[in-house]
Amino acid sequence: MALSSDEGGRFADLLMEHEDSIVSSWTAEVAALLRGRLSHAELQRQTAELQKGFQTALAGGAQELTDDSAAELRAQLAELSSTRARQGFTATETAVSVFALKEAVLKVLDAGDGTDADTLRAYVGLSAFVDRAGLFTFDSYARAREELIADQAEQLLELSTPVVKLWEGVVAVPLVGTLDSARAQVVMERLLQTLVDTGSPYAIIDITGVPAVDTQVAQHILKTVVAARLMGADCIISGIRPQIAQTIVALGIEFGDIATKASLADALRHVLRKTGDKVTQKPSRREG
Amino acid sequence: MERVPVLKIGDILLVSIQIDMEDQVALQLQEDLAERIVASGCHGVIIDISALDIVDSFVGRTLATIASISRVLDAETVVVGMRPAVAITLVELGLSLPGIRTALNVELGMELLARERAEDDEDRDDDADEPAVTTP
Repeated sequence: MALSSDEGGRFADLLMEHEDSIVSSWTAEVAALLRGRLSHAELQRQTAELQKGFQTALAGGAQELTDDSAAELRAQLAELSSTRARQGFTATETAVSVFALKEAVLKVLDAGDGTDADTLRAYVGLSAFVDRAGLFTFDSYARAREELIADQAEQLLELSTPVVKLWEGVVAVPLVGTLDSARAQVVMERLLQTLVDTGSPYAIIDITGVPAVDTQVAQHILKTVVAARLMGADCIISGIRPQIAQTIVALGIEFGDIATKASLADALRHVLRKTGDKVTQKPSRREG
Repeated sequence: MERVPVLKIGDILLVSIQIDMEDQVALQLQEDLAERIVASGCHGVIIDISALDIVDSFVGRTLATIASISRVLDAETVVVGMRPAVAITLVELGLSLPGIRTALNVELGMELLARERAEDDEDRDDDADEPAVTTP
């Protein structure tokens, strides 16, 4: 049942008249649910703003939330839910912040004397209006959350995996973070393509930044090494921490004849020795 | 039927596959190569597959057979220029082509063969006076 502009006007007057008591009971209602995760003053400010928003919308003759006169209210609700979403509140907690208005208004009506049939009908209309506002909040909340997730996924891919040239004919992939199938695929493709582009016959896969190596991660790494071999490049695995070495042995993972080194430096030295480049320590110049 | 040309460069036979590797083509190449190795007395074979989009299990096995045949005839085979997508597919299929030597491109393949040959010669020098094999 839609709210007529007449009834809307009545509620706008009511909201203005009982502003303080509505805001305080509304705030109390929400505060009980949020359990002190927002300061009382902050909550009061938000509620007061929302109350103003509803009042303006209703006074402007808004019958539906989609009406032009409710544009400002919509913006307020969207703002509220995206902030709440980013602060980590649940959808229920966010929506109830709006729904609590009904309770607050009901309390004022109870206290007054005009609880006749007309008021009741008008209240049902207002209730529907607030419900729609609540649903709108829920939608905005979900949208804000989705944006957040999309942003994070993008950031994750960005820090995915650079393939760096370490030496003439040697490229390295410093792996950071957990390797799932999707990422392993990206890493593999990027490494193999770099091998072709640079014509490097040696690749070092550094797993210092991989928090844990289970059979699946090992499988992904092995596949990459075998694929690189098929293309004619040799892979060395480096950055195996003591704990990881123990896990690998405990799980019975076999790296076969693939060279494994403790550090990236060791791996590079190994490659340079194979290619016949001489590595000499620069003499320190301190004695001068 | 299309045939894959076999080019002789110095001590090496170069095969660049530019057409779809149908089973018949692969078998014909296997025969041609065996004959050319014997006829030319070359000691290295380079098979360039950089133009191949698809390497199926039959072609993979034929490559392995070619490698084995040429090894019997004292020639080392190097498969060069495999594309990343092909390599990934082969790995996913569980075909790691054991017994085939690989290099990233023709140049690195030739270097690999030269290095192998040099090591072989060193071994041979140690082995008293075996007559040196020279190509005519």
